[in-house]
Amino acid sequence: MSNNNSLIKDPYQLLDDYIDSLPYKKENLILILHHAQGLFGYLPDKVQWHIAQKLDIPSAKVYGVVSFYSFFTMKPRGQHVANVCMGTACFVRGSEKLQQEIESQLGIKTGQTTEDHLFSLDSVRCIGACGLAPVITVDGKVHGRLENTEDIKELFAKYRSEATPDAQSEISNIEPIQDVKHAT
Amino acid sequence: MKLKDTAALNALKTESLTLLDNRRIANPLTTMDAQGKPRHIMVCGGTGCHASDSPEIAKLLKEELDRRGLSDQVEVLQTGCFGFCEKGPILEIHPDNTLYVEVSTSDVADIVEEHFVQGKQLERLLYIDPNTEQRFASDLPFYHNQLRIALRNCSYIAPENIREYIAADGYQALAKVLFKMTPDSVIEEIKKSGLRGRGGGGFPTGVKWELTRQGEAKQRYIICNADEGDPGAFMDRSILEGDPHSVLEAMLIAGLAIGSTHGFIYIRAEYPLAIHRLEIAITQAREYGLLGERILGSDFCFDVEIKYGAGAFVCGEETALIHSIEGARGEPSVKPPFPAQEGLWGKPTCVNNVETFANITSIILRGADWFSNIGTEKSKGTKVFALAGKVNNVGLVEVPMGTTLRQIIFDIGGGIKHHKTFKAAQTGGPSGGCIPTKYLDTPIDYESLISIGSMMGSGGLIVMDDSDCMVNIAKFFLEFTVDESCGRCTACRVGTKRLHETLTKITEGKGTLDDLDSLEKLSKIIKDTSLCGLGQSAPNPILSTLEYFRDEYLAHIVDKSCPAGVCKSLLRYKITDKCKGCTLCTKHCPANCISGSVKEPHVIDEERCLKCGACMEKCRFGAIIRH
Repeated sequence: MSNNNSLIKDPYQLLDDYIDSLPYKKENLILILHHAQGLFGYLPDKVQWHIAQKLDIPSAKVYGVVSFYSFFTMKPRGQHVANVCMGTACFVRGSEKLQQEIESQLGIKTGQTTEDHLFSLDSVRCIGACGLAPVITVDGKVHGRLENTEDIKELFAKYRSEATPDAQSEISNIEPIQDVKHAT
Repeated sequence: MKLKDTAALNALKTESLTLLDNRRIANPLTTMDAQGKPRHIMVCGGTGCHASDSPEIAKLLKEELDRRGLSDQVEVLQTGCFGFCEKGPILEIHPDNTLYVEVSTSDVADIVEEHFVQGKQLERLLYIDPNTEQRFASDLPFYHNQLRIALRNCSYIAPENIREYIAADGYQALAKVLFKMTPDSVIEEIKKSGLRGRGGGGFPTGVKWELTRQGEAKQRYIICNADEGDPGAFMDRSILEGDPHSVLEAMLIAGLAIGSTHGFIYIRAEYPLAIHRLEIAITQAREYGLLGERILGSDFCFDVEIKYGAGAFVCGEETALIHSIEGARGEPSVKPPFPAQEGLWGKPTCVNNVETFANITSIILRGADWFSNIGTEKSKGTKVFALAGKVNNVGLVEVPMGTTLRQIIFDIGGGIKHHKTFKAAQTGGPSGGCIPTKYLDTPIDYESLISIGSMMGSGGLIVMDDSDCMVNIAKFFLEFTVDESCGRCTACRVGTKRLHETLTKITEGKGTLDDLDSLEKLSKIIKDTSLCGLGQSAPNPILSTLEYFRDEYLAHIVDKSCPAGVCKSLLRYKITDKCKGCTLCTKHCPANCISGSVKEPHVIDEERCLKCGACMEKCRFGAIIRH
């Protein structure tokens, strides 16, 4: 698993170390991709090709898996990833309106990242917090009962004020699996 | 500490029983527990409460108790879901039999002061029944009519401590199966109980185990399907968060019954808390020798591995799930061969849902007859429903099969929010249908739901009121299936897209009566020709709404209006003569399409109107209407 040194260490080296530590390799492709996305923040062609070489499998197979699962992304993400829950419970309690409101506040569409690389917006299928509907998650933290414009503004302003200046160059060092950010 | 035999397990159980002493009996409120044992504050750690800061509440409670010198008298524990998510965060105090609802971090000092120092209930945090205004400290109406078998330990034990599970009869069923039963008698017992798959299909669990056991094979696999994908269903996640050992124990029993030594739990990566609790449970079970080699001194070896999903709804289908575990694209394959014959890596594989597993240990310990006495003729036992949508008490409810929708929605769920009118209940997620008012009194089981055009599914139950447009709901579900269709078979890949396009056309007011016929015809073709359950059931939301809410489709097509006032393109805004000419609406109109002079009634240019509703929201005289 990644650690605090991952900013100093070469992420490719960390990925190789991780793959070497697994008893089965090809069978664990999805687990490896989870880990790689945790290290790089996303899965560009270069990383996919690297994994294919390392596991000795066709890169088309890696691409096939990456493109199949919505959890994996081939585009870099913003520093904070906001996911609007589009489960049925949230939908009947107004998540569509919430999504439009966030889109207009951030000036992006769902699936896009803001120009300053601060926020990415996505949707997620039910996170099981239906009692709080409609909900969004920001970096895995759930924010519920978002029904008015001001609350949403306040929420994003809070994240904006905490942002670090080098959002663009940051390599995410969150642990894969444990901190789920890229769900769609 | 490895438990080397049943005697060691029983000794540990006896020793651990003191952990639960407080919770078994309901004592009248006392400032000090009579037996001098610490009292327990059980803080709900389910997803909903967790999201509303329950871990922070638990932490502050500990600090406050410490500060008041009470930490040796009161223990704070995090549990699984209480089910009553609407009123979260929830905490229960044992043995005082007191449940506090909607607790916030600012209530912590008051709870400690009033409840523990002064020894009286904190009235303002008790549940108040909105209909009778009566306050409840325990025995809430929400829990009447419920029977918790799969959820029996959720909120009762602390899931991160295996000893609490052992004290609550944990791993006793495993010991019974290991030393007092044979694989055949286990399978026979499960078959006799009438337990059917809780993931949606409803296939008899005992038969599945028997089929997997048949035939020669060097290895067989057990898979626990925790890829809960139905939007609005969260029971599997709650079971794994609140009682992970019950699933592990059931997997061990299944392993013994079918002759497998290896199990996998396939879980959504979107469920970090469930994964965390499962990891703890697996580590503890290994430590105590309940997973691994020679379990409880027998010859039986079994271990479990967690596999992570990556966000694909179709992976809930068993063949797709197996491909995903193998590290490939999660596409389904044609059955037969069934996984029971040729599953994971070509070996016989038994795939069961989390909730199915959560029922197993109770059946083994209390007997098949006990279980089969609950429920209806063909559907035995209980079902957990995730009750959500426009209902007062959103939460997890477990009821005997055969309970009616009316009992669930009105007695347990407390009726419709804001005193609105019930319109439909949606069960079975994107594969299910919408059930109208006339079927509210139908006893729910697998067969009855199918006969009224819906299905059990994994147990999501979404309540809708008269402000929900059924055409739009059907469109919502089709959008989901279009998104989640894996693309392998044409019927599903292209068919669902065409259905979605037609529905979009109707909601935009461009539909024709011919569209209704083509929707029906195409739906039937997709049902008949799709490869897996996803496609075969994808048209259900359309077929059921077409049958029960045809008038709404007709309103969209013929009258070009949306009765629920949801479909934007069909809305019209108009300024009535109540207008005082204050000009507030003109300032807020993003399209600048409202005109009029000061103190004169204004007019909306319908051609340019975006139908955003901003004017209506801002008007202080109620002069703008939507029709």
